[in-house]
Formats: sequence, structure tokens, C-alpha cells
Amino acid sequence: MLGLVFVGLLIAWLIVNLIKTPTDFFNVLLIGFTQGAVYALVALGYTLVYGILQLINFAHGDVFALTGLVATTFISSWFGLDNGTAVLTIGGGLLVTFLGAAALGAAVNTSIEFLAYRRLRNAPRLAVLITAVGMSFIVQNISLAIYDVNAKSVPHLIPGTPVFTVGGVHYDWDAFFVIIVTAPVLVVLTWLVKSTRQGKAMRATSQDPEAASIMGIDVNRTISFTFALAGALAGIGAVLFLTQYNIRYDTGFTLGLIAFTAAVLGGIGNLTGAVLGALIIGLIQAFNEGLSWFAPGSDWTRSIVFGILIAILVFRPEGLLGERTPEGA
Amino acid sequence: MGPRGRRMREYTRGQAGRAAKATRLDVLRAQWRRIPQRVRGLVPLVTLLTLAITYPFYVDSLPTNIPVILTLPTVHDTVTILIFVIMAVGLNVVVGYAGLLDLGYVAFYAIGAYTAGWLASGQFQQVNFHLGAIGVGSNETGIHISIWLVLLIAGVITAIGGILIGLPTLRLRGDYLAIVTLGFGEIIPQFVRNADNLHGFDLTHGTFGISPIDAPGFGETLHNAVGLPVRYDDSFPPTPDRLFYWTVLAVLLITVFCSWRLRDSRLGRAWIAIREDETAAGAMGIPLMQTKTWAYAIGAFFGGIAGAYVATFNSGAFPTQFDFNISVFLLCMVILGGMGSLWGVVVAGTILAWLNVEGLGNIGSWLNENIFPASHQIDVPKYTFGIYGVIIVLMMLFRPTGLIPERRRKREIEEGTRGPLDEPLYEMRGADEPGGGERGQPGRIPRG
Repeated sequence: MLGLVFVGLLIAWLIVNLIKTPTDFFNVLLIGFTQGAVYALVALGYTLVYGILQLINFAHGDVFALTGLVATTFISSWFGLDNGTAVLTIGGGLLVTFLGAAALGAAVNTSIEFLAYRRLRNAPRLAVLITAVGMSFIVQNISLAIYDVNAKSVPHLIPGTPVFTVGGVHYDWDAFFVIIVTAPVLVVLTWLVKSTRQGKAMRATSQDPEAASIMGIDVNRTISFTFALAGALAGIGAVLFLTQYNIRYDTGFTLGLIAFTAAVLGGIGNLTGAVLGALIIGLIQAFNEGLSWFAPGSDWTRSIVFGILIAILVFRPEGLLGERTPEGA
Repeated sequence: MGPRGRRMREYTRGQAGRAAKATRLDVLRAQWRRIPQRVRGLVPLVTLLTLAITYPFYVDSLPTNIPVILTLPTVHDTVTILIFVIMAVGLNVVVGYAGLLDLGYVAFYAIGAYTAGWLASGQFQQVNFHLGAIGVGSNETGIHISIWLVLLIAGVITAIGGILIGLPTLRLRGDYLAIVTLGFGEIIPQFVRNADNLHGFDLTHGTFGISPIDAPGFGETLHNAVGLPVRYDDSFPPTPDRLFYWTVLAVLLITVFCSWRLRDSRLGRAWIAIREDETAAGAMGIPLMQTKTWAYAIGAFFGGIAGAYVATFNSGAFPTQFDFNISVFLLCMVILGGMGSLWGVVVAGTILAWLNVEGLGNIGSWLNENIFPASHQIDVPKYTFGIYGVIIVLMMLFRPTGLIPERRRKREIEEGTRGPLDEPLYEMRGADEPGGGERGQPGRIPRG
């Protein structure tokens, strides 16, 4: 009931903003959509791992930051890309960067699982969760050791020229690029999980690891594969993030928490839910920061996102699309 | 063999030894044994206390070239260290006794510090309220309440904060609870950072923080009667640091005493019962929500007092003090010492807080001077939290019971329990799983 009132007020607030400044509204909507796409890639990593291990992998955000930082080396030092480079070179360089970042993210994430979480399969849940917090700090400090405290950025490789302009509303190529990359990745991911043997093994393991292992599924390998998949998504997300913002060794912590919120909002363990939740969070963030009428502004974004996280966990722990489990209630 | 028999045997052995070869050491040992057990047990404690109380007097005459650690902490830094230990003891009530993972303990620290900021500074210039504050002119605006009262009020307000956070969240499953507390731990510092303009009202003075905050003191009357200091900050160094040190030592002792008595109380036993098996505890008639909320409230109370004390010690409360890192740092103390083990947490807390304040800097400069070549100098304090991460992971992998395990907790970890957080992630009992057969518990009924 209270929730409905709140959602009603939120919609009313959006409508007032839409009427007052329609151009801003649509511009902000597109920004939020783009931002949500990056969050979706990270949120999927949380949801995949949670689905199979019931573990909140705190280190995930820091894997994101580490791969992003390494990608800056790829782009700036190895390939020497900048906005003057020929289009094909930029395309090729970015493609290699995406693949490299994905591979690195997968490698780091699998190593974390192999070194720490795997040894704690039979340990209490608390122990694994605490270990994840510890791993998060370790990965963060690896980034710190290699890249120091300064924020890194890459030249603006994708031009900010508009794809389309309707009225005052415009959508730029650099934002559209995020969608161009994210959409096929999501399609491939869905295919992997829904239609391949490995995906079937993942789903079986997440339902009942014991039964899965009796059926001849190599549970450890499946878990490793899941971590690799999550890490690869984080790597791709990090490069996309890099095309828009700069990145620092501790960027991953906050971004990871926001992405985790998105995963919880959509229903943790549910892939579609993670994407939906990420888009909603991206929109909320953009609306909060971009609208003018009674918007709290960017100072409050994190508070709002964490407020949503708390509210969802308290009132609807199964999220928007998740199933109500006895434990979640 | 009963105690009397053992004493008899020792006596005869002593006699026989004396007959054979009565060395001076044997005589001493025999004399020592004649002291009653109760007194003997107190000796290490009393020695330690004496060393702690007299610390400010001999610390300056200690050598400053001790290998690896160089020096022992200054009195000023020791105050900070002990404040962290107080918080670790408070967190231990929540995490160790009741088994509720709290990743946002820093929120309580922040509430405590800002309560002191609100009630003992010139922050609210709109009002002029004085209550027992020492050394504040009656025409100074703002709320100025005696720090001793503020410490208590901060504790109570933070405890209420703990209850408010706890009521909606404590029925959640363990890892969700951890995330919700983390959320609060992030929101509250951000709130104080941004709350300098709430519809024109300056609640927290934003990024500048609230400063200065009044110092504690006893006033002229008590000074003339029993010689207690008038005001902590009106004398010359090193006296203020010493006064703060002795006070925080007293607060710590009270905290430890309360925590120790609580553990063995009815409430403490209820916490342990919930930690071990929530369902069974509920079935035995323990009110689950109420008991868990008490754990939160009491843990928060200690955090609030520590926060308020930090504020008066630093004469300020600043939003940058309240990072997520602090929550993890405190959790690291509890894990290293052994969850639920009071003495373990005190020892580990002292060590880790010292590392944070001084130790890592000293060790780093020693390493840079003696081990690392000039071309590869490493700024060790920069990696403080990476080092804590390593400690956490290694402890969890190889010694989850902590350095000084509490006997009961150790048994729980070894045998497995069914508390809110202790469900194993997996129960794999495959033959190829190392140790899988011993640790999995056949016949466990799934929760729910």
C-alpha cells in the first residue's frame, strides 16, 4: 500500500517534469537508458554468481575496475588510439580491447573463485561472505598498486555526433555505441544459458548442486565457468564505462553496489530481472541528476540507490521478477 | 582424581624434589603454588593494568630503534587505538555473540560523533543552551552540554538508531542483513556530507564537518575538592593526551566488563542460542526479534560512545572519517581475534588499530631502510586495506576460529550449526571432495 503510494508519487513527479521540460526529460531518459546498459552487464555478473553459489561476490565490482584500468593501458599505451586515428583502427583496437578485457575479467574472477571461495564450499555462509569482502579489498589494492590513486581516462574515441535529433532531443553515437555492444552480448548470454549444454549444467547446478553432481555434471567446472562468464561481462562493461567516464581503483566499489542493487531490484538470480533492474536504476539515477523540478541532485544519488536497496530487501526481497522463497521472506 | 588428590600429589612430588635437589627455583615455584588460585589468576590482569595505566610515564623513555616496529605508539595515538578497540568490542556483541553480520557499523560511529557535534558545539547558532559544559562562556551560542552527559546521550541515541535500523531488517536472512547494514553504513555518512542545506537548514555543516567540539572536564568545584582536571584541553602537552588516555582506558574497561557480564547473562546466552540454531532457540521460547534487536542496540551503544569520544578528542566530526573501510577494519579485528572471543577481540583490536595508526608506517619505513632496495621503496600504509583483505581471507581459509578462539564458537565452527548465518553454502558429499564426507551433515532438514 505504502509502496503503491510511493510509486504513484514518483510517477506524478515524472509527469510534472515531462510537462515542464519535455526536451530535458527525453534527453535524460536516453542517458539513463545508456547508463542502465552498463549497469546491466555488471549486475548480470552478480546475479549469475548468486544464482549458482548464493554468494554476494563483493569482489565483482573491483574486478570491473581492475579490467577497466588495464583497458586504459590497452587503448592508450599499446594501441595508441585517440580521436585522430582512422576509424578502422579504432574499431579493430576497441574490438581487441573488448576481447582482452573480457578475457582478463574472466581470468581474475575465476582465480578468485579458485583461490578462495572453492576452499570454503562446506564452510558457513558467513565465512564465504566475509572472504568475499576481503577479496574485494585485495583486488582493489592490486589496482591501486599498478595504477595508483589517480583517475585514468581514454581519449574520446567514439564521436559525440548525434544519431538522430528530434526537436531538441538528440541521441549521440557515443551513447548509442553502448547499446550496440550491450544488446548482442545479452543475446549471446541468453543463448549460452538457455541453449547450450554448459548453460543447462549451470541451471541444474543452481537448482540442486548435489543432484547435478549425481547426474554427472562437474559442479566445480560449472561454477568456474559461471565466474568466467561474470568476469567477462564485467570486462566488457568496464570498457564501455571507460568510453564515457574515467575510472579509478575504487570506482568498482560504488558501481558494484549500484549494480548489486539493480540485481536485487530485478530479483537476484534472475537474468532478465538483472537487466530490468539495471535499466530502472540507470533511469532513476539519470532522472535524479538530470531533471530540474524537485530533483535531489547527484549528491543524493547513492543515498537514493541504497535506500531503494534497503526498501526492496525489507519489503520485497524476491525483487520484481524473482520467486518468493521461504528464506527470502 | 579430585582436586585434593592432585594437591596431595603435587605436594609429595614437591617434597620428593626438595629432598633430591632443592633448587631456589623449585622453592619459588612451590611458594607460588601456595597462593590461592583466585589470586593467582588475577596477577597477569593486574600487571597488565598497571602497565597500561602508567604507560604515559614510561613511553617516552623507551628506545626508538626497536627492530621492525621502531617505537611503541605515542599516548596521542594510543587514545585512537583504544577507541577502535571499544568499537570492536561493540561490534563483537553483534557479530560474535549474536551471529549477525553487520557491514555498516561505521553508521553507529558516525551517529555518535555527530550527536556529540550537535550537543557540544556552536553548530546550532539559533539556540543558546548550556548544561554543565566546562569552559564555555555563557554567551556562546549553540548547545553545550557536559561531555560526560553527551557520551551517555550519544550512546542512547545511537542505540535507538540501532533499534530503528534493526526492527525492519533483523528478520532478513544473514547475507541480506549484511547488505542492508552496508546500505545504512553508506547512506548515513553521505547524509551527513550533504545535510548542510536541508531547505536552508545547516544540520551537519557538510564536508567541513562540525568543529570545534567542547572538551571534557570536571570543573572548578571538583578540581578544588579532589584535584580532578578542570578542562582537558586547557593544560600544556603532554597532559591533555594523558587525560584523554586515562579516560578512554576507563571507558574501555567498563565496555569490556559490560561485554563480559552480558555474555554470561540471560540475554547473552539467548544470543548464543540464536547464533547456534535460530529455529531451536525460537522453539525454546526465546523471543528472536527482541533478542536480536537488543544485540543491535547494545552494539550500537558502544559504537555511539566511541564515536562521541572521538569527536571530543579530535574536537570535530568530519564526514571523511566514516568510510565503509572502517566497518571492514572493525570486522577484521573481530575476525582476527575470534568471533565472540572478548579477549581475542581486545588483543586483535589493539594490534590492528596500532597497525593502522602507526604500525604500518613504522614497519614500512623499517622495511624501506633495511630490506627493500632504494629503487623499490614501497609506501606500505597505502596498502593498509589490502593487507586487511589478505588477513581476512587467510583467517577465513586457515583459521576461521580466530587467534584466540572462544571455546564454544570453535566447537560450533568445527561441528557446524544451524544459526542464521551458518548454513553451509553447499553440502557436497561427493567422494572426490576433500573433507566433504566429514563436514557435510547427513540428515539435515532444509531450512524454510
